[in-house]
Amino acid sequence: MSTTAATPAKPRLKTSAMIASFADPGQKTAPAPFGHALVKAAQENEKIVGLTADLGKYTDMHIFAQAYPERFFQMGMAEQLLFGAAAGMAQTGLVPFASTYSVFAARRAYDFLCLDAAEPNLNVNIVGGLPGLTTGYGPSHQATEDMAIFRGMPNLTIVDPCDSVDIEQAVPQLAAGEGPTYLRLLRGNVPTVLDEYGYTFELGKAKVLRGGADVVFVSSGLMTMRALQAAKDLAAHNVDVAVVHTPTIKPFDAETVLAEVNTDRLVVTLENHTVIGGLFETVAAEVVKAGLGKRIVPVALPDEFLHAGALPTLHERYGLSVDRIIATVLRELEV
Amino acid sequence: MTLTTSIHSPETTGSRRERAEAAAYRIRHYALNMGEVQGQGYVGQALGAADMFAAVYADQLRHRPEDPEWEGRDRFLLSTGHYAIGHYAALAEAGIVPVEELDTYGSDDSRLPMSGMSTYTPGMEISGGSLGHGLTIAVGTALGLRYQGSEARVFNFLSDGELDEGSTWEAAMGASHHQLGNLTAMVDINALQADGKTDSVLRTEPVADKWAACGWFVQRVDGNDMGALLAAFDAAAAQAGPEGKPSVILCDTKVGRGVPLLENREKAHFMRIEEHEWQLCREQLTAGYEGETK
Repeated sequence: MSTTAATPAKPRLKTSAMIASFADPGQKTAPAPFGHALVKAAQENEKIVGLTADLGKYTDMHIFAQAYPERFFQMGMAEQLLFGAAAGMAQTGLVPFASTYSVFAARRAYDFLCLDAAEPNLNVNIVGGLPGLTTGYGPSHQATEDMAIFRGMPNLTIVDPCDSVDIEQAVPQLAAGEGPTYLRLLRGNVPTVLDEYGYTFELGKAKVLRGGADVVFVSSGLMTMRALQAAKDLAAHNVDVAVVHTPTIKPFDAETVLAEVNTDRLVVTLENHTVIGGLFETVAAEVVKAGLGKRIVPVALPDEFLHAGALPTLHERYGLSVDRIIATVLRELEV
Repeated sequence: MTLTTSIHSPETTGSRRERAEAAAYRIRHYALNMGEVQGQGYVGQALGAADMFAAVYADQLRHRPEDPEWEGRDRFLLSTGHYAIGHYAALAEAGIVPVEELDTYGSDDSRLPMSGMSTYTPGMEISGGSLGHGLTIAVGTALGLRYQGSEARVFNFLSDGELDEGSTWEAAMGASHHQLGNLTAMVDINALQADGKTDSVLRTEPVADKWAACGWFVQRVDGNDMGALLAAFDAAAAQAGPEGKPSVILCDTKVGRGVPLLENREKAHFMRIEEHEWQLCREQLTAGYEGETK
């Protein structure tokens, strides 16, 4: 077949994918930090076991399964069994890490986590992939309200890590603590960001990553990476931005955050989660309890079922991109 | 009122069956007494399942009454939280909970709440109540014990109503897939659930075929026939091991069993018993037991 006639090239469409990276081009990354951190923790703690519900390869649990096949338990596509069984294992003294996608943990298996793991305060560690808007696959897989669902569960610790540093340092602390935990997993090639800030993860603690005279960002999860980049870029606009990273959502380090919020600076919360029931409302509640009359601007996902599409398109559309954060701040400062 | 009065306490030197039957009699008596304290409760279920509880606690379970958390113990997981009244009676019979404490059943600050919870009661392994959880937890317990080299067995008590829950079948498949020969499920088939008869609420039959299709070693017995129950437990134990088929004993039971007044009353999930009837119930129970053992 000859193609003599020149036809205009069709522009390549941006496509959605189940597994999409949110790393910027050329950004430093670490492969499967959760899987490797779990292997390392398991070397030191023989009680650690891994479980998954047919999503080992997609939650970096396969790294652990390869290293410790006899300590890995495949439960099939059965999330109620996954977490009920994890609770049963914890009752025998083991320290299970059980992985699936966040939507299935939070929406589908809630009752099992609540009554079998949280009520008896067992050391069951939930590892949830695709938290917030980290897939373009659509509402079936976008856990935009996972923290809102889980925050009401007594005894549950919730961790929303920024990068590979957070994950590597959080895993042994989650294993060592008492009681159930929920880790908002970032998987695959995960950006490495916080190593430049002299940072260490401490369960239950917020950390001031940088100071700034005009604006305070209070952020968690991958939005801390965006917050740090936006803070750098805003310097070109002569806006000086502080960044407070709050990887532990519950229990929340109100003391550190309120000390930063209670100034004349513009306060912006940034989260990869619906504006309902996540970081913004956590901070707002602490501000009200402390009697501070402080306005807070949320950068968060809208209270909607989100579109399917390419992740960069969606982050731009819903306000999570660095450019949209900068625009939000400049608009607020003009008021 | 003291719970120990008028309880027939035969010598415990008889056969296994006689000992277990005596335990079942006392469990029923305790359950009636607890029901009277509350004025209501799941007495019908407790009476129906008393033989199952007795077979486990008087005959099967390896445990240490003085040390309910002994690492080597067999685990008994009560999935049906509302059967706690029967389970507490069994825990008292086994010496884990003082008989006198049964008086506090369902009262403020009691260790014996209406629905069984592990955080309240010694010997209560899990918090039941939300049905369909027990077998999933049992799968993890059996996996965890086997992984750690324990020879302890895991028993999960569930009900036929619980077979409506999809999670029960997730767990049934999981137990078979993982070859949990150390797991025994016991299903109380009283053919009754909250909204009425099981076959009118959601048909679960053919129950035995379903478990067999999931890869379990299945036995179906009259759950109020102690001889049949013990034989079934023996057969389950004979093929138990770290790896093998999990075992299920399907127990057809009669709500209110042992008390003709309640056996013949219209069946209800939550059986109402009038104030003056409790003593009559106890008298019928004792008369029936003495008649059988003469």
